Amino acid sequence: MKINLTVNGEKREVEVKPQTRLLDLLREDLDLTGTKEGCGKGECGACTVIMNNELVASCLVLAIQADQSEIITIEGLNCQDELHPIQKAFINKGAVQCGFCIPGMIMSSKQLLDENINPTEAEIKRGLSGNICRCTGYVKIIDAVKEAAHKMKSRGEDDD
Amino acid sequence: MEFNHVHKSKKRVDVYEKVTGRAKYGADMRFPDMLYAQTLYTKYPYAEIKNIDLDKAKKQTDVEAIITAEDVPNNKFGVIIENQQVLAEDKSLFIGDGIAVVAAKTAKAAARAIELIDVEYKELEGIYDPLKARKEGSQLIHEENESNQVIHHPLRKGNIKQGFLESDVIIKREYDTPFIEQSYIEPEAVVAVPYQENSTITVYGSIQNPFATQGAVASVLKEKLNKIRIVQNHMGGSFGGKDEVVSSMAARAAILALKTKKPVRLVNTRDQSIKESYKRHPYKMKYKIGATHDGQLKAMQIEAVADSGAYACQTPFVTWRSVVQATGPYEVANVKTDTYGFYTNNIYTGAMRGYGSPQVIFAQESLMDELAEELDMDPVELRLKNIYHNNSITASGQKLDSHQVSLEEVLTKAVEKSDFIEKYNRYKKEQTGDKKRGIGLSISFRGCSLGAEAIDAAGIILSLKKDGSVNLYSGLAENGQGLKTVYCQIAGEILGLDIDRINFMEVDTLISPDSGSTVASRATLIGGNAVKKAANNLKNRIKKFIAESYEQTEDDIVLKDGKIYGKKSIEIMSIAKMSSMAAMEGVCLTSYGWYVSPEISWDEEIGQGNPYFTYVYGCQVAEVEVDIKTGEINVLKMTAAHDVGRAINPANVKGQIYGGVMMGLGYGIMEELKTNQGYIQNTNFDEYLIPTVKDMPDIDPIIVENPDPDGPFGAKSIGEPTLELGAAAIANAVANAADKRIRSLPINLEQIIVGRKLSKGGGQK
Ligand code: FES
Ligand code: FES
Repeated sequence: MKINLTVNGEKREVEVKPQTRLLDLLREDLDLTGTKEGCGKGECGACTVIMNNELVASCLVLAIQADQSEIITIEGLNCQDELHPIQKAFINKGAVQCGFCIPGMIMSSKQLLDENINPTEAEIKRGLSGNICRCTGYVKIIDAVKEAAHKMKSRGEDDD
Repeated sequence: MEFNHVHKSKKRVDVYEKVTGRAKYGADMRFPDMLYAQTLYTKYPYAEIKNIDLDKAKKQTDVEAIITAEDVPNNKFGVIIENQQVLAEDKSLFIGDGIAVVAAKTAKAAARAIELIDVEYKELEGIYDPLKARKEGSQLIHEENESNQVIHHPLRKGNIKQGFLESDVIIKREYDTPFIEQSYIEPEAVVAVPYQENSTITVYGSIQNPFATQGAVASVLKEKLNKIRIVQNHMGGSFGGKDEVVSSMAARAAILALKTKKPVRLVNTRDQSIKESYKRHPYKMKYKIGATHDGQLKAMQIEAVADSGAYACQTPFVTWRSVVQATGPYEVANVKTDTYGFYTNNIYTGAMRGYGSPQVIFAQESLMDELAEELDMDPVELRLKNIYHNNSITASGQKLDSHQVSLEEVLTKAVEKSDFIEKYNRYKKEQTGDKKRGIGLSISFRGCSLGAEAIDAAGIILSLKKDGSVNLYSGLAENGQGLKTVYCQIAGEILGLDIDRINFMEVDTLISPDSGSTVASRATLIGGNAVKKAANNLKNRIKKFIAESYEQTEDDIVLKDGKIYGKKSIEIMSIAKMSSMAAMEGVCLTSYGWYVSPEISWDEEIGQGNPYFTYVYGCQVAEVEVDIKTGEINVLKMTAAHDVGRAINPANVKGQIYGGVMMGLGYGIMEELKTNQGYIQNTNFDEYLIPTVKDMPDIDPIIVENPDPDGPFGAKSIGEPTLELGAAAIANAVANAADKRIRSLPINLEQIIVGRKLSKGGGQK
């Protein structure tokens, strides 16, 4: 069957099977391989994307459920060559090792900061609790989210 | 010493593609006409395979090829002992053995075909306990052998009888540790492409050790090494885990690719990954230690038995590291150690970060605290009385005289920073309420690089381009640890170039020098030295060219900030300009650096010799809170002091410490791969729990630097030491808090307090 959705601001029409997961649609049909599969069971967060302004594990969502939806993936975060402040912060703070969890981490961070630009450390931890990372021990990831919050806040204030 | 590029927290060179999602990992590769492969695994851990009926599966639409053991030219491979089956031939030996592999036009079709394969098994009674496998006359897992023993490493020093006679206090303890899953977040993935350019097979993917995989694929296909090409770039973690299992997958995909003449992709799901990939060895250990009243160690007797599972894999080397480090970093005149590995029908075991050390460190550092308790001495004092110093003699008879032995320094720093003594004594007293605090520590010495396992050498190629940019070709591979950045920093330091001028190329066995495997925390030490050599070779050529063309003496020439300076530090020209001129003059701007480590020795009969040419030292302190009503253990703080020689990239060193400490915490109180009669019970992250952001303690990293004469700019290792200490420190902290000694990992207080397990993993909530 055919579904229509907006991915990273672009309208797409895709032919999918009833069992196709949103994750496969993104990775296989649209070749957006930035979104990763780590467990296929909603446990690791590597496949996290934003769907209609909410965080979802794309391995648990069927493609047909994404009909008419708006999806943002890691590839949609930086406009042209300008990195998103969260991406910049992950670089600055050295929050990346193997990088496999990072797209999911960044999407969770984005959702967190879009909802709450002043998160406490506990709120950051709650926001990232669905994403597991085997490499970093999370320390610098949390630092990065803090820095991104700070930057985004002052940018927002500049705009006013 | 003043540095411009090393000893600096430079940003990772591979980070841009990783934060934008552009980095291509194994499963992200796409090739025209690519087929999707799926493996059918055995139904029983130990069974005879009577018949495999592929008829129905072959008739499925979109199925292009199916292979079984019959299609594998040489079905057995292995780096040390060649007994790992690519696909099960007559018998399946463990639950992750593959029976057949299907390649189809779609992943769905491959999965459907798998279900249609009819296998007739005769289930056999297996052996699932290494102590049973050890018994004389027990049935043989590998019939060609005389027993189930994979290896026995003895170590004999002094006179153990005499040592115990001289002891006032003797204690005996037993410890054990579980199977552990490496838990890289990226499951294994390979794509095999047939007849690309001049290679028979090219394999791309998440491959920890491209040259080991090249060797395995060549031997399985019975093809020459120069026809097998392995390409590796980004990898979603490995921790020792993407070696033999990935080689086996690469070989399967390669056979299918040759059969269909199309690229074949083989990607594991998490369940498949946990079921088929090798684990950390479980150990059963018996320790006996003797000391005088005033705490001088007199004798140690150790027996450690490792479960090798179905295959030899890395067991001979893993247990060898254990035999070297089993006594811990203590001077003991009389030592008898025996480490063994035995085959069973369990999942096979191999490399995981730490190799054979975390098990013995857990035992021996728990034991030191138990002995301190017995002697009524504080654990720091007992350690200080016995630890290695410069010129100490180790259990294997090695004199530590080539580098600064900094155990006392790391121990003191961690103890002071964590306020250990004060807290230890305070927590030892009666604490009111259900929640009790405790503090514990552990220390280690760790041999850097391969040691006497094998010759340790590595090569690097640097190619300076006409515009002053550089391509760097390495045979050692990025696993996520930050090797690319460290190599670029070392090359940049010597050539006076910013790291953004240096491009670390994908590891490609076609070009990269065979440098062995990226294991044993050897990449910075061995590979870093090779980078240094290659860069110095290039620099010397540049100096010669400039000296000849500009009437300078080579000694006056300095390369810095992208420029070349001569006499009186006057700028001559940019490196970019020089490069183009030198190229026109016919100067060779490609250089090779080959580094062979200093000599080592080992007598396998008695376990004596100089097993490693240098060591690193570490100390970790854990502070915990345990709820003695529920048994819940909360790790509040970890202080980690590590001597790294020199931190080429301090930010990366801290990153390694944070990650390693968390992995150690998982080993201490959460993780356990559970098996029952060979079946694996937790095959995904909902049941195999690893630390999440909620389990984080406060981590205080302390970098200690005593530059090593044999390290590049003095650098040694950091990857593995960070994870080997945590479990013991936590066990000691729990004993300090709750007055309960747990000798089995993961530490599960609930079991002891309530008499049954309340939740998986031991209580980290
Ligand atoms: S792959 Fe979706 S949560 Fe792990
Ligand atoms: S950086 Fe490797 S899993 Fe997070």
